[in-house]
Amino acid sequence: MTRIRAVIFSIVLTALASAVLASGKWQPLKDDGLHDPSNPAIDVLQEPGEALSVLVPDGAGNMVDWVQSLQQGLITPRPGLEGDSEPEIRDTTVLMKNTYPMFYVRFPHKPHTQWMSCTTCHDRIFLPQVDANPINMGRILEGKDCGLCHGAVSFPLTECNRCHNTDPANLAMEDAVAGEGVQ
Amino acid sequence: MKEWWGRMFTLFVVAALGPAVVAWAEYADVTINTRSEAEGVAPVIYPHWFHRIRFQCSVCHVDLDIKMGAGTTGITMEKLIDGQYCGACHNGNIAWSIDNCDLCHSGRPGLETGIKGGHETMGPGLY
Repeated sequence: MTRIRAVIFSIVLTALASAVLASGKWQPLKDDGLHDPSNPAIDVLQEPGEALSVLVPDGAGNMVDWVQSLQQGLITPRPGLEGDSEPEIRDTTVLMKNTYPMFYVRFPHKPHTQWMSCTTCHDRIFLPQVDANPINMGRILEGKDCGLCHGAVSFPLTECNRCHNTDPANLAMEDAVAGEGVQ
Repeated sequence: MKEWWGRMFTLFVVAALGPAVVAWAEYADVTINTRSEAEGVAPVIYPHWFHRIRFQCSVCHVDLDIKMGAGTTGITMEKLIDGQYCGACHNGNIAWSIDNCDLCHSGRPGLETGIKGGHETMGPGLY
């Protein structure tokens, strides 16, 4: 009897766990709390699950890794309306060291320039100059600086380690220069 | 013993029906109802996920001058028909034309303007 109870318990628990996991994925449009299920467009619009389930999986936001999906060529978002302009890719990183007690932030230009033009950030959000931008988490949580996109559209602010990614104890030689944009 | 079965049954019901009752928008969905319902049409739902598969961020946010901030751009149907903002694509050439009202105006009544998509977009952010 005890064994049967244990088996049933594990089945129910598995069902519960998979239900929680599945519900964390993509809701059908009619169930998302926004779309009006009686709207005829529901049958025409693409379902998020259809488009997103084929991309690189992730554990936050849209539950897909947008940067990896782009870099692996699963999606090729056009840089212009007509698709004839070429994006300007920049490969430098910027190391931000005023982050105690968190790890340093290494900002990679490359994935950002694969998603948007330089003018998206420069100069209207960030000055293209070392130490010229007083970024802090307070401002970011208010939706300023990085928080203009992160926490709204790009990966959310629950993912601390994706930005705070560099252990000060394991700095590469070239990072020794304070705040310098590193090639 | 009876109690135990009862508990398991409750757990099972929660497991089976939970996902059906839970409803949340896809991360970064934008709802716009600054004018829609006042003008007699359903609120607009803009899915970021759909558009970013096809276009880079700067196409809309730089080239087409759509501001980052739900409802702050001042979009009107007149401007769209004029080829501005969404109307730069939704003209029957690049994307379906603007006379497909329902495809954008597909929101439930009473939706508030904002950016949606679970707890991760519901921080103290300005949106």
